[in-house]
Amino acid sequence: MPHVPLSWYLILSAILFALGAAGFVYRKSVITVFMSIELMLNAVNLSFVAFSYQLHRIDGHIYSFFVMVVAAAEAAVGLAIILTIFKNRGTLQIDEVDSMKL
Amino acid sequence: MSGNYLPQAIDYLRFLPEIVLSVFGIVIMLLEALMRASARRASLGGVALFGLAVAFLANLWAASNPGAAFSGMIVVDGYGTFFRGLVLVVGALCVLNSLSYLDREKSQTGEFYALLLFSVVGQCVLATAADLIMVFIGLEISSIASYILAGYLRDDRRNNESALKYFLLGSFATAFLLYGIAWIYGLTGSTNLAQIRTVLDQGASSTLVAGLAAALLFVGFAFKVSVVPFQIWAPDVYQGAASPVSAFLSAGPKAAAFAILFRVFMVSFRPLNARWIWLVWGCALLTMIVGNFAALLQTNVKRMLGYSSIAHAGYVLVALAASSQIGIAAAMFYLASYALMNIGAFAVISYIAARNERFVKIDDLAGLGRREPVTAALLAIFVFSLIGVPLTGGFFGKFYVFQAALNSHLVWLTVIGLINSAIAAYYYLKIIVAIYMKEPGESMEHLAPPALSLRIAIWASALGVLILGIFPGTLLSMATSSAALFR
Repeated sequence: MPHVPLSWYLILSAILFALGAAGFVYRKSVITVFMSIELMLNAVNLSFVAFSYQLHRIDGHIYSFFVMVVAAAEAAVGLAIILTIFKNRGTLQIDEVDSMKL
Repeated sequence: MSGNYLPQAIDYLRFLPEIVLSVFGIVIMLLEALMRASARRASLGGVALFGLAVAFLANLWAASNPGAAFSGMIVVDGYGTFFRGLVLVVGALCVLNSLSYLDREKSQTGEFYALLLFSVVGQCVLATAADLIMVFIGLEISSIASYILAGYLRDDRRNNESALKYFLLGSFATAFLLYGIAWIYGLTGSTNLAQIRTVLDQGASSTLVAGLAAALLFVGFAFKVSVVPFQIWAPDVYQGAASPVSAFLSAGPKAAAFAILFRVFMVSFRPLNARWIWLVWGCALLTMIVGNFAALLQTNVKRMLGYSSIAHAGYVLVALAASSQIGIAAAMFYLASYALMNIGAFAVISYIAARNERFVKIDDLAGLGRREPVTAALLAIFVFSLIGVPLTGGFFGKFYVFQAALNSHLVWLTVIGLINSAIAAYYYLKIIVAIYMKEPGESMEHLAPPALSLRIAIWASALGVLILGIFPGTLLSMATSSAALFR
C-alpha cells in the first residue's frame, strides 16, 4: 500500500477548515452556518489524527474523540437555540435576526 | 508524569471545587424534579449559593495542597486558586441577582441555577488547566452552559437572538482554538503547557509555524474575551440576555478566559514573545479605542456596558502586552475589581428595568437619586469605579496595569490608554447626570425598594469595590506572589 505523506492530510485539513470558515462568513441560513462550524471541527480532527499517526502516539486519536463528544453537546444546545429562533420569528435567515442594531 | 495513571486521593482533593459544584448542580435538578408544582423554586437558588460556598471552602482546602493532579492535566497553584475564588464569588453574586429577577419574570426554575453552577465548573477548570485539552474542555463546559443561560427566557426575542449570536460566534472561536491546539500538538508532540515550553525553549521546531499556531489560539481566546476585531458579538449578547446573565457573562467567563490566556501565553509561548507581543499590542490598542468610541454613541445602558466591557478587555490586554510578572499581577487585580463593579452596575440596571426589561435606556435612570437615594449612591460608586476614580477598585486596577506597561517601556500604549480612560469618563458620567440631575420619568413610577437578595448583591459588590480601592495591598500582594510562579 503506498504511503500517504503527512502534508497531504494537513493540506486537506487546512482546505476543509478554510471552507468551513468561508461558509460561516458567507452563508445566510443559520443551519448552513452551523454545519460550517461542524466542518471546521472535523477538519481539526483530521489534523489531530494525522499528527498522532505521524508521532506514533495514541493521545491525538483520543483528543479527536473529545472533540466529537463536545461537538455533539454543542449541536444539541445549538439546534435547541435555532429551534426557539424559528418558533419566535418564523425565519432562519441570519440577516433577519437583527433586532438589536444601533 | 509517572507510569501510574490511576488517580490518587490527592488528585481528587485538588479537583474538589469542580466536583462539589457538579454534584450541587445535579442535586438542584433532582430536587426540582421532586418538588411540588406550587413549591417556591427560589429555594433552589439558596441551594446553589450553599454549593458555591462549599466549593469556596473546597478551593481553600485544595489550595493548601498545591501541585499537579491527574497526570499533569490540572495544576493547583496560587494563580489558579485566585481565579477559582473569583469565579465562585461572581457565581454567588449572580445567583443573588437572579433570585428576584426570575421571580419578576415568572420563570423561576432550578435549571437556571444548575446551568450557572455548571458554567462556573468550566471556569474553575479553566483557572487550573495545565494542558491544552483541559483548556478546551473547560472552555466548552463554561460556554455551552452560558449559551443556554443567554437564551434562558426562551419566549423573549432578544434572549433568542442573544443566545444565537453567542452560540455561533463562540463555536466559531472554539474551532480556531482547536486548530491551534492541533498544530501545537503536531509541532511539539505535547499538549502539556510546561512541556510545550520546554520544547519551544530548545528551539527545535520552526518558530514561524509555532507563532502561527499561537496566533490561532489567540484568535480563539480573543473571541471569548471580546477583543477587537473579534468583539462583534459582545454588545448584542449583553443587550439581549437577561440582565443578571449579562452581568455573569461579562464577569465570570471573561475572567476565566483571561486567566487561561495569560497562563498559556506566559507559560507556554514565552519563548515566542517577540512574535506575539506586537499582535497583542495592536489588539489592545484597537480594543480600547473601538470599545470606548462605540460606547459614546449608545443610549441603551446594557449595550453601553457591553461596549465598555470591550474597552476594559483592552486595558487587560495592555497588561498582557507588558509581558511581565507585574503585568500578570495587575491583570489579576484588574479582573477582580472589574468583575465586582460590572456585576454591581448590572444589578442596579436589572432592578430598574422592570418586567420584560422595558426600562433599559440611560434616560430611564433619571431621578433614581431622588427616588432611591441609597441604590443611586451605590450605582454611582460602580460608575466611578468603572471610570477609574481614586478610592475605588477601578482606579488601582488601571493604575497597576499602566504601571506594568510603563515598566515594560510601552509608553505609547500607556498614553493612549490614559486618553481612552478620559474619553470613557464622558459616557459613564451620562449615567451620573441621569440619576442626579434629571426629572424622574415613567420608569420611576412603580419602582419598589429592591428585594433583600438583590440588596445584598449590590451592597457586597460595592463594599468589594471600595475595599479594593482603599486597601488594595492585600489582594495585590496575593496576586504578586502567585504571579511569581510564572517564570
